[in-house]
Amino acid sequence: MQVTMTVNGNEVTEDIEPRLLLVHFVRDVLGLTGTHWGCDTSNCGACVLWLDDVPVKSCTTLAVMASGRSVRTVEDLAQGGVLDPVQEGFMQEHGLQCGFCTPGMLMTARWLLDHDADPDENTIREAIAGNVCRCTGYENIVRSIRWAAAHADGAEQQAAPATDEVTA
Amino acid sequence: MQVPAPFDYERATSVDHVLTLLAERPGDARIVAGGHSLLPMMKLRLAQPEMLIDINDLTDLDYIRVDGDEIAIGAMTRHAGLLSSALLGEHYRIFRDAERVIADPIVRNRGTIGGSLCQADPSEDLSAVASALRATVVIQSATGRRTVDARDFHQGPYETAVGDAEMLVEVRVPIRPGAGSAYEKVERRAGDWAVASAGAFVQLDGDTIKDVGLGLTAVGAPHFTCVEAEEALRGQAASAENVAAAAQLCHDACQPQADQRGPEDYKRHLARELSRRVLTTSIARARGEQS
Repeated sequence: MQVTMTVNGNEVTEDIEPRLLLVHFVRDVLGLTGTHWGCDTSNCGACVLWLDDVPVKSCTTLAVMASGRSVRTVEDLAQGGVLDPVQEGFMQEHGLQCGFCTPGMLMTARWLLDHDADPDENTIREAIAGNVCRCTGYENIVRSIRWAAAHADGAEQQAAPATDEVTA
Repeated sequence: MQVPAPFDYERATSVDHVLTLLAERPGDARIVAGGHSLLPMMKLRLAQPEMLIDINDLTDLDYIRVDGDEIAIGAMTRHAGLLSSALLGEHYRIFRDAERVIADPIVRNRGTIGGSLCQADPSEDLSAVASALRATVVIQSATGRRTVDARDFHQGPYETAVGDAEMLVEVRVPIRPGAGSAYEKVERRAGDWAVASAGAFVQLDGDTIKDVGLGLTAVGAPHFTCVEAEEALRGQAASAENVAAAAQLCHDACQPQADQRGPEDYKRHLARELSRRVLTTSIARARGEQS
């Protein structure tokens, strides 16, 4: 069936099966592979993206359920070649090792900071309870989000890497 | 890769539309709200509905409000809404306690109270909350609405009182002035299903327990409660001894099954200990000694 939705500000229309999951729609139909496909059981959070401005697990959401709505993926964080403060924070504080969980972490962190500009450590840890990281032990992820909170005005931001590096 | 079996998809525009679609496909159609229980079941092919009716556009079913001497909660109210509700926080802390340990914040953005109750998982936390509070559930059909006690709503694992051409539209909780309530859960890791959970409310008259409700989940407690423990406490002194005796009745009455989350005796232990804790906290909150 035909679906039309806004993805990262662009309207897209595609013909899909109702059983297609949103994570596969953005990755395989739209080619936005920044969103990761992890546990497939709504546990790990690697697939977190925003649906109508709310973080959801896209492995447990049907693409047809997003029709008529807006989707925001990790590709939309950097704007005008400048990294979002949460991306910059993960670079500055070594918030990733293998990087698999990072897209979901970033989308959850961005939403948290949009609703709580100065979260304490416990608030951050609760907010990312649905995002599993097997590398960092979370310490550096918490520091990264704290860094982003402290640099919300965009100070010390660097230019984003070239697009092909981001999506590789 | 987990992929559901093929199905038809319709997006409902009203409750009447849902009921019409259900009537057209008796037994074949399932309602999907947040989808965080149903879609995993479909991905594992444990559920294979031939039609999904998406009710996410029915935003008029997303509310928490006082209605007479009850709190009315719309079926589309999401877990995040139950957690953040000042109204529920004021009357029934049990919701906030429970919602903090249901899945994780991202899942709570999607899952709904109606979906959770209709999934009727034997380990569902909100089923224990509804049972503890002796809530009622409003079910709508083409011929009107009927109300079912939460304790009669679940008719077995994954089975509810909702008929083929019916829809759960509202959950109602009696307001009990001065009541204290609480919920505790033991889980293997953050966001998991319960190994065991208990919830309670207590209403005091001086130092006497005027009314009490108990909810238990994941331990095979009939109707997600323990009426023996409730009857033992009602009209008695709100003492640690009486609470401990009631908790022992929960231990004895539940019928847990050993599984990967633990052996039977451990789950019985948890039923007793968690019941004791939530009753104790509920009494302290009713007395204003604990927030």
